[in-house]
Amino acid sequence: MAWFDTNLLSTLVFLPLLWAVIGLAVPAKASRFWAAAGALLTFGLSLLVYSRFQTDGAEFQLMESAEWLPSLGISYTLGIDGISLWLIMLTTFLMPIAIIGSFSAIEQRVKEYYFLLLSLETAMLGAFVSLDIFLFYVFWEAMLIPMYFMIGIWGGKERIYATMKFFLYTLVGSLLMLVAIFYLAYMHKQQFGSYSTLITDLYKLQLEGGTFWTAQSLIFLAFAAAFAVKVPLFPLHTWLPDAHVQAPTAGSVILAAILLKMGGYGFMRIAFPMLPMGVAYFQLAFMVLAAIAIVYGAWVAMVQPDIKKLVAYSSVSHMGYVVLGLFALDPISVSGSYYQMLNHGVSTGALFLLVGMIYERRHTREISAFGGITKVMPLFALVFMIVTLSSVALPGTNGFIGEFMILLGSWKANPGLTAIATTGVIFGAVYMLWMFQRVMFGPVTDHHNEELKDLNFRELAIMTPLIAAIFAMGIYPNFFFSKLNPSIDRMITRTMGKTGFKGLSGVARAATLPESHS
Amino acid sequence: MLALILLFPLLGFLINGIWYAFFQARPGQHSASSTVTGAVASLAIFASFAASVFFFLQLHGMSPESRVIEQTLFSWIDVGALKLDFALRLDSLSTLFTLVITGVGTLIHIYSIGYMSHDAAPGKFFTYLNLFCFAMLILVLGASLPVMFLGWEGVGLCSYLLIGFWYTDIEKAKAGKKAFIVNRIGDFCFLLGTFMIFWHFGTLDFAALRPLVVSGHAAAAAAGAVNVTTITAICLLLFGGCCGKSAQIPLYVWLPDAMAGPTPVSALIHAATMVTSGIYLLARLNFMYSLSSTALSVIAIVGTATAFFSATIAITQTDIKKVLAYSTVSQLGYMFVACGVGAYTAGVFHVITHAFFKALLFLGAGSVIHGMHEEQNIVKMGGLRGKMPQTFAVFAVGWIAICGIPPFSGFFSKDEILGQAFSSPHGGPVFWLFGLITAIMTAFYMTRMFSLTFLGKPRFDEKTLGAHAAHGAAHSHDNHGGHADVEEDDHSAPAGVHESPLIMTAPLMVLAALSALGGLLGLPHASWLEGWLEPVIPALHEAAGAAEGGGLEWVLMGVSVVAAAAGIFFALGLYKDLNRANALAKRFAWLHKATENKWYIDEIYEAIFVRPIQVLSGLLWKDVDVAFIDRIVVGFGRVSEFTGQTVRVIQTGSIQFYALMLVMGVLAAVGYLLYGMV
Repeated sequence: MAWFDTNLLSTLVFLPLLWAVIGLAVPAKASRFWAAAGALLTFGLSLLVYSRFQTDGAEFQLMESAEWLPSLGISYTLGIDGISLWLIMLTTFLMPIAIIGSFSAIEQRVKEYYFLLLSLETAMLGAFVSLDIFLFYVFWEAMLIPMYFMIGIWGGKERIYATMKFFLYTLVGSLLMLVAIFYLAYMHKQQFGSYSTLITDLYKLQLEGGTFWTAQSLIFLAFAAAFAVKVPLFPLHTWLPDAHVQAPTAGSVILAAILLKMGGYGFMRIAFPMLPMGVAYFQLAFMVLAAIAIVYGAWVAMVQPDIKKLVAYSSVSHMGYVVLGLFALDPISVSGSYYQMLNHGVSTGALFLLVGMIYERRHTREISAFGGITKVMPLFALVFMIVTLSSVALPGTNGFIGEFMILLGSWKANPGLTAIATTGVIFGAVYMLWMFQRVMFGPVTDHHNEELKDLNFRELAIMTPLIAAIFAMGIYPNFFFSKLNPSIDRMITRTMGKTGFKGLSGVARAATLPESHS
Repeated sequence: MLALILLFPLLGFLINGIWYAFFQARPGQHSASSTVTGAVASLAIFASFAASVFFFLQLHGMSPESRVIEQTLFSWIDVGALKLDFALRLDSLSTLFTLVITGVGTLIHIYSIGYMSHDAAPGKFFTYLNLFCFAMLILVLGASLPVMFLGWEGVGLCSYLLIGFWYTDIEKAKAGKKAFIVNRIGDFCFLLGTFMIFWHFGTLDFAALRPLVVSGHAAAAAAGAVNVTTITAICLLLFGGCCGKSAQIPLYVWLPDAMAGPTPVSALIHAATMVTSGIYLLARLNFMYSLSSTALSVIAIVGTATAFFSATIAITQTDIKKVLAYSTVSQLGYMFVACGVGAYTAGVFHVITHAFFKALLFLGAGSVIHGMHEEQNIVKMGGLRGKMPQTFAVFAVGWIAICGIPPFSGFFSKDEILGQAFSSPHGGPVFWLFGLITAIMTAFYMTRMFSLTFLGKPRFDEKTLGAHAAHGAAHSHDNHGGHADVEEDDHSAPAGVHESPLIMTAPLMVLAALSALGGLLGLPHASWLEGWLEPVIPALHEAAGAAEGGGLEWVLMGVSVVAAAAGIFFALGLYKDLNRANALAKRFAWLHKATENKWYIDEIYEAIFVRPIQVLSGLLWKDVDVAFIDRIVVGFGRVSEFTGQTVRVIQTGSIQFYALMLVMGVLAAVGYLLYGMV
């Protein structure tokens, strides 16, 4: 077991891929069960990782390292801190749910479908455990491929258009990130005598910053392009509604719940601690975009005729909170942002599953096709209501903790923007409750809806853990924060502690927008 | 063990909730009767009442300064500067509220057993009702703003669920949504106030906040540098929250619509408890509000305006519940006037007496509606005195109490407010005068309602009422079928009006007794309440108290009694003959129409806020997202031949090909990049 102990993270990352490859030999009829078993096994393994993680231990734990391309300083280095930990748990927790949730939805090319889902899990987990920025990049890019095929093959009518947009956006972002990575590795050689892509090495770089045409600002922008597309931050969000609407249910769930989190994770792991002055330079600009995203996303969500598109725009709004809190750079807001990422994973994942369930029954997602569903599907109504409340951040649910902390923490950095962002609390209730009312309340107007079957056992079984998470995270968030706090503190210290950092809550700066460079 | 107070309603909620969701809700499953589900819920809330009494007695046994019981359940959020415990605190203020919530709550639960007996889903009703009590108790027991906010939004949720209880009627569902959203506007302000408090004082705990605020102010005063701008901003923002929850101008518009819910809900949530949360918050933070005369003035003005304005609307409403709803808004206005002139104790006093008599009036109205087979229009009633003698008697008590005739409870609390409005340094004769005019209008519209409902001759055909009723019931409860069988179940009253069963009238009698005697809590110059609340709400300005003594107080009291009596007699005279009333209405037709249509406030809000946002949102979507941003992106896409090729590939192929692609893609990318570097 010695090998297993020292390679726990590698095992966790590659187990799904291995399982997927073996799964190709499993008969098509059984492949869904095979995939579910693999995802559950991975979840079990992640619990082991969780139990090994020590709150007050070293910064990065369960480290593994092997040489890869030593001449370029590229290595295969894995390790986790609190920031990785909960995103890993989120991934392994949602994967079985997404897979079991697809049992009845996917009827064609079943084997390929589950192969892609499991390989996607490997790529996502890999990105969360990589401590080498190049390795991170490889996993980052690898994530795109399965998602691209999932939308392209099992997607809806407009899937080609959606995949093209998805591809274009992410490609541009990724290429800029790659350039930035090269530059950082090169700078490491300049300053320390050798190439390195080790993240912890790159934290030590001293780069020029403070104005627009400096290394920190430009490199920050390059990374931010990749991360902001993923988040997605207004105005780079328009791939999301199409990708979501066209993707099969599990694709939407994974896309919203985990892939979007890569953006936030990238900011926290890479952009912030490596480029503090870049962050400081663009802090206000990003907070402005985030505040716009919150309100804009909510308003546009309000007028959507399609439930899935509404949920997609709600993601733009919810992820706007994440960016706002991150850039406010207060421990409260940053922890809130992180928590909001987990919340969004759980709640929006649950929403997409619910939309999928109703779609499988009615083959439409038009809000106007429904009405009075509560009467025919009372259990569905109950679950849908709880998830809706989580999405509108009702206290007692997970959503509240995240939003409250983000807004509370951001107030210090910029009260005006925070006040604008806080109106999202109102509009969030408007679009969600209005949609809920039109779908669930009133008389049953369409005779197609009269005979809809309520949730079956399988559907209830996958929603139950999500409901449990919604309340557990809302009532006892300290369970999560206790393991997270040291890592967040380190990240913020790295960012704000460096000499020359001038952020909103630090020294006030007159010119902050990129246009006003000197 | 304060959590005991919370535990019982939570248990009741879980028992009824799980039972309902899994064994009663689905088509084909049978609903449990209101007797069993109601008994569970009533027992739960009664146990909570017993616990509340126990803790009250415990507090009572302590010395006044040490009257605090605390319990920290767990650490809620501990991040950075935010150290937030999930803590409960009972003091002389919150204990009064727990008693009212659980006490009146128990009566309303019991009443509901009868009222909901024909409903198709009493299990769901009692689930929500217990959840409401749980949330309301958290609201008053929460030791910090966020814990309070948990209850604050929790009661909002229950209000939403219960207003839209008969959700198959889309109008009722809409009313619930409106309540939630309007409350969210208030909560937006509440949150901003919370943020300011946190960054200004570093804590959100009420007990920790008090010395910080008070000593900070004292220090500033000593240094001659008093600046209350921040305090004023905080106070006004939190008051914005109160405007939502306690239905004040400009956010009162949800409350009248909230009458779509079952009548016991109107009594419990929208009269006795939830809507008084704003008063509770002001009383809780009185140490802060008292520092800002600006904030106090705003509150007093808003309260006065709300009290007056909604009274004008109440005068012309014909729906018995709508009259009571506007009356509630108006009475809440009085309570805010009290707080606004610094007389928090008077506000709390009116909260308590109002809880008694308004719950009584609502439940009485429910009894009337029940007896009249879902008829709510008072113009179509009349002469119910003989048909429903018990309801008539208790309703009369509530009527006299709200009109402010001594020695009934409403007189004492309202008179206390009017007196304070006149003589407090924060008040003034203008507040008193408007309060007095409002009192006359109150007496008038309540008498009008009472007269139209119970006095005179019936204005309905009793024979057709049964047939009409079955139709009416089926209409309002159509999804719950059961209510339509009202006649079959109730053989004692085959058709026509009937008195309500004992399970409904008994709670009414208790409430009537409380409405009659509740004033004893706060007799002028011998107020038990004032002394009891002293540790939380310091006595208001000794000097003012002295100045008020002597003749003036008796004069004011005399004037308000005469005013109330005038209102009553005028209304009694006018509505003895409906033709005369109608003639009067015709003479002031435009005024009558305007108040009947609630001054068109809903329509104005719709035009100013709702429509523009909807139109703008549509534009943002179609013109910004789709037409602008997308066009740029897709423009790039069209140019790229490469993309087209890539996209086409996925249309064909087999699994082997994809798997190969996947691996090759990664390898190719890596290889290419490495090649480029070396």
